Amino acid sequence: MSGDVILAARAVTKVYGGTHALRGVDFDVHAGKVTALIGENGAGKSTLMKILAGVEKATTGSILLDGQPVAFASPADAVAHGVAIIHQELSLCPNLSIGDNIFLARETVKGIFVDRQEQRRHVEALLARLEEPISPTTLVGNLRLGQQQLVEIARALSQDTRVLIMDEPTSALSAAEVSVLFRVIRELTRDGVSIIYISHHLDECLELADYAVVLRDGSVVAESPMADIDMGWIVRHMIGREQSELFSELAGVPGAPVLEIRGLSVTDPENPSRVVVDDVSLTVHAGEVVGVYGLMGAGRTELLETIAGRNKAFAGSVWLAGGRIDKLSIGDRIKAGLALAPEDRQRDGLVPTLSVARNMTLSALKRITQHGLVSHRTERGLVAEEIAETRVKTESPAAPIGSLSGGNQQKVVLGKAILTKPKALVLDEPTRGIDVGAKADIFALMAAQARGGAAVLFATSELAEVQHASDRIIVMSRGRITAEFDPATVTQEAILAASDTDQGEHR
Amino acid sequence: MTNTLRRRLDGRLVGTFLIDQRAFVALIIIVAVFGLMSGSYLTTTNLIIMSKHVAYNAILALGMLLVILTAGIDLSIGATMCLTGIIAGVLLQGLNLSLWDITAYPQVWAVIAISLAVGTAVGFLNGLLVTRFNVAPFIATLGTMYMARGTALIISNGATFSRLAGSPELGNTGFLLIGSSAPLGIPTVIWVMVVFAIVIWVLTARTPFGRWLYATGGNERAAGLSGVPVFRVKRWVYMVSGLFAGAVGLCMVSELTSVNGDLGTSYEMNAIAAVVIGGASLAGGRGSVKGTLVGAFVIGFLTDGLVNVKVSSFWQIFIKGLVIVLAVMLDQAQEKLKNRRAATAAAASAKSYAAPPALPPGARPGETTNPGESPHEETHNQL
Repeated sequence: MSGDVILAARAVTKVYGGTHALRGVDFDVHAGKVTALIGENGAGKSTLMKILAGVEKATTGSILLDGQPVAFASPADAVAHGVAIIHQELSLCPNLSIGDNIFLARETVKGIFVDRQEQRRHVEALLARLEEPISPTTLVGNLRLGQQQLVEIARALSQDTRVLIMDEPTSALSAAEVSVLFRVIRELTRDGVSIIYISHHLDECLELADYAVVLRDGSVVAESPMADIDMGWIVRHMIGREQSELFSELAGVPGAPVLEIRGLSVTDPENPSRVVVDDVSLTVHAGEVVGVYGLMGAGRTELLETIAGRNKAFAGSVWLAGGRIDKLSIGDRIKAGLALAPEDRQRDGLVPTLSVARNMTLSALKRITQHGLVSHRTERGLVAEEIAETRVKTESPAAPIGSLSGGNQQKVVLGKAILTKPKALVLDEPTRGIDVGAKADIFALMAAQARGGAAVLFATSELAEVQHASDRIIVMSRGRITAEFDPATVTQEAILAASDTDQGEHR
Repeated sequence: MTNTLRRRLDGRLVGTFLIDQRAFVALIIIVAVFGLMSGSYLTTTNLIIMSKHVAYNAILALGMLLVILTAGIDLSIGATMCLTGIIAGVLLQGLNLSLWDITAYPQVWAVIAISLAVGTAVGFLNGLLVTRFNVAPFIATLGTMYMARGTALIISNGATFSRLAGSPELGNTGFLLIGSSAPLGIPTVIWVMVVFAIVIWVLTARTPFGRWLYATGGNERAAGLSGVPVFRVKRWVYMVSGLFAGAVGLCMVSELTSVNGDLGTSYEMNAIAAVVIGGASLAGGRGSVKGTLVGAFVIGFLTDGLVNVKVSSFWQIFIKGLVIVLAVMLDQAQEKLKNRRAATAAAASAKSYAAPPALPPGARPGETTNPGESPHEETHNQL
């Protein structure tokens, strides 16, 4: 490309375990411009940014800074080269003050002592620039999430940065704070700083960016100057592929109510003063697939985990086939006929030390137990059937779970849920970070469960999925249900609008 | 070319076998070396004596194995041994109930039952601290270790109980039979080890509880979300560990025919060592009854062998430490190997899927599409 490219990725590939997060990506950052990186969850945006910022190493490919190949040894090394990142997950120490956090690991020193006065002056100036008049000595743990995000931004600003990567910087900011951030970004670009901007809020990208690059399934599928494109272009490329091949036919004839949620309210387990699910009521019928759409932090995961029994609700009730289940343990809920396939399969879905077969039967041990002992023969039979049903590709049922690719691991998680013969199947982001073929298999499984009479409730942050894989769409924003749609008639713009209600509203 | 391949494959298989069965191989080496060095090492008498020493540690290690499988640790078992021994001593010498001004002499079966109940109670307390009060296992059992040891010393007031034979008039004789009897020529404690090992093997390998154990240690969050009653599992393993410590305490007191507040000091360390040498991971989720037994035999046969060939006791301690470190280093190497194999398999299975996504509808010329080829090849080697 032209000479104004300051930072570039060339044919970058990244493999995690068995998953290709990036497949030969070329990516340019233009000097003094804002480049928006757009894509669905799992498209590889964060991975690409982590590689550019030296947090992770590319499996293959190269990074060019001013046209010269560079290999950042660490984030600190990248910062020394002028490339800084503001992480999606906050990376602050809650037990330290704002000032200490901003200068962490590069303290201003006078002799052997930290020059507190100098740091304080510097931090006050930064916070003033962000229009956030907080004392630099405040502990970060005492700040609310939005303010913590601003501290993260202030830290990046305090470094002598040429390329600043912002990964979902506004996810916890109020509308007023967002406009301040935008002003700061424009000032930065005027000073020649290049920005890579990642956000689920497409309107923000449209407003702010000079270039748009769309990632899908680890590849760059489209790029263009922002002036030439519109929202429709972005959405089309984000979602891409022929939808007919990905999604299965749904039954579409709902039966009796199976899963009923009445007035459910839940607080964040890590921060009990924050309500993450706010008075949610919904009913899922037998044979019906209901898709819950929402952006990050909309409360989808918390809602599903509360239904499954991981979190406790402070108000409301959950009913399954007419019986109240919200006071039951997770095990008893599974017995009652509720199964959850959690969002994060590594953390919540699988036991890495167990084989494929043993992971699959973990929730349904009762089915393979005779006279108090596990019958290995029954287990083998059941597992063989389930591997065939879920189309898991594995060397053998006894293979370690880690030897499977991400998509196959996800199918094992799903198989585990299906083996409990659930009346209601609850899935959180069932297709996150897996390849297309596995996605199609998983939608087919969900549809088959519904055809078999189960109530299926799944959460997703991908528009195409919620539109094509569900009989009914529920949109959540900031913990509330904001809209309910019929997927046959709704437009993606309408779903997006309902999912992005005014950001500052609830503060 | 196929020959070379076969030879390489065979070499690798033998290597894999040696690494997988390393504790067993070590045991064979130990037996062979000491058998050659000392004529008395491989006699039946000596083998039985050594097995008796092993049995005490093996029983403790079986309880410890369950705890370690859940990613916990139980430091209190040595002290629990002592406490149950002291309780048994008090009961056998006559429990003075000053309130009624009588001295009670419980039957031997009651002494055993009460002592074992005390051991189980210490385990119950451990489980409660770890689950209900969310205390880290290391700290919880460190605390109960001191409490149990302290209680034993308070009760005994530092004294040694040595009148444990009972008397026919009181009808409480027979306790010493545990330590002195040898059905079929094999000391009772070895039989206890065999029975407990079979029970724990069935428990871990064949029951749903066993699955829960491995799942809890492997990934507690996932196990919980799969419906495993994680807290109940943990409470049970500490109780079993306490019960086994109590059993070992009784056997040992009966054999020694006396007990004081020093009994069982640092025995928990030998038990942990046996479990670890047997291939269990302190991170939880990995370990077996067979491995643990072999581990206990390695430690026991090594220690007794060193005594047999008159290595100084200072060197014995050093060598034991060396063996533990070597065992864990080998274990790490094996894990690395296994993970690398799994990653290679995963990458291969992902590759079979990885077709480049189709050009999106309405894609314009000049837009890039996925080059999607070669780089995968190199990644296999790196993983």
